[in-house]
Amino acid sequence: MMSKQVNSADDLIHFIRNGMTIMAGGFGLCGIPENMINAVAASNVIDLTVISNNIGIDNFGLGKWLSKRQIKKILASYVGENKEFENMLLKGEVEMEFVPQGTLAERIRAGGAGIPAFYVATGVGTEVAEGKEERVFDGQRYILEKALRADVALVKAWKGDEAGNLVFKDTAQNFNAAMAMAGKLTIAEVEEMVPIGSLDPNHIHVPGIFVQYIFEGSNYEKRIERLTLANQV
Amino acid sequence: MALTKEQIAQRIALEIKDGYYINLGIGIPTLVANYVPDNIHVTLHSENGLLGMGPFPTAENVDADLINAGKQTVTILPDGAFFDSAMSFAMIRGGHIDLTVLGAFEVSESGDIASWKIPGKMIKGMGGAMDLVAAADNIIVAMQHTNRAGESKLLKKCTLPLTGANCIKKIVTDLALLEVGEKGFILKERAPGVSVEEIQNATEGTLIVQGEIPEMKL
Repeated sequence: MMSKQVNSADDLIHFIRNGMTIMAGGFGLCGIPENMINAVAASNVIDLTVISNNIGIDNFGLGKWLSKRQIKKILASYVGENKEFENMLLKGEVEMEFVPQGTLAERIRAGGAGIPAFYVATGVGTEVAEGKEERVFDGQRYILEKALRADVALVKAWKGDEAGNLVFKDTAQNFNAAMAMAGKLTIAEVEEMVPIGSLDPNHIHVPGIFVQYIFEGSNYEKRIERLTLANQV
Repeated sequence: MALTKEQIAQRIALEIKDGYYINLGIGIPTLVANYVPDNIHVTLHSENGLLGMGPFPTAENVDADLINAGKQTVTILPDGAFFDSAMSFAMIRGGHIDLTVLGAFEVSESGDIASWKIPGKMIKGMGGAMDLVAAADNIIVAMQHTNRAGESKLLKKCTLPLTGANCIKKIVTDLALLEVGEKGFILKERAPGVSVEEIQNATEGTLIVQGEIPEMKL
């Protein structure tokens, strides 16, 4: 077996180039590929189109790419936690396509699964439907949504092996699984690299076929956006 | 007396049936979970990839990998499951969720809902709200009857960009429980001590009042 393992994000940063479309996994700050995000933020890459459910917070996660003006366009479902982005958007400094969250997930999944487009009811009669083909099936209205792919998909998992097999933990799975499939090149960073054979093949979330490079990340902050405790409520 | 947020949640909880899979939005909808009767078992769905959402964690049990769609730290119950975003929205789009409760800025008498964008002021994005309203058969909107300026949020036509068209069938506000019918809002129940006239005055859209309107029983 050929190992897909490299040492760190530094070995892979050359794959990220100006003008590329990049997917980044995560929901809020949960399950984001922190090491690759930091590596890109430390680079001089610009004009990126970013596909991600959210856009980090001010100065953390993808918010770092925003602060450095590395992003040309973003596709996301919710950006409410990032004031800098909201301001840039209101001033028209960055291009934005809001995509309903389920449609975003399915467009990514479809991209990875070789399905060019599909019909959904989500967004019918709203501004999301503008310019899109509409069709009626069994008396209900649907709009045509196109698949999404990325030049590079950056995903984060809990455990992985040299073959690129990935296992996620809890709700850190989110968009990472579908994005791993939709990257023309997929880079996975994991909290723990484990020896081949130690992951139960019955419990692998993303089979290694979707992953081109993998490394064990370091210094994960895993910030919590809204720490909410039982005794506070 | 107009209902408190907790009482709105309490009234909505009466609509819940045993065995329901439920998605609760942020704000008043979240409070509904506190009023589910003990003899009823429900499973809470959170669209970031969680079924069987449990209570907020104690300080020792906090885990950055386990959050809800509002990005709050939560726990999972023993019968719960984790999954990816595409599967999570297959549950929603595929009609597997029995009840969705969410907030709104405006609802129109034809069942349109506006809840995600105020042009020029607030552009945060729709998150999963458009998917939820387009898919669920059973949606309840939980909101105040009027906005902070005292203007009705139950309108003939929404003024803000829509989240979904012709999809809302039931609304619980601080003043009333209403259903959306062919010809407008049908008043079904009044908040205790609130008159039909008060509700009429706070409703810009067509209000249909048929017969005696009972007070809510909480």
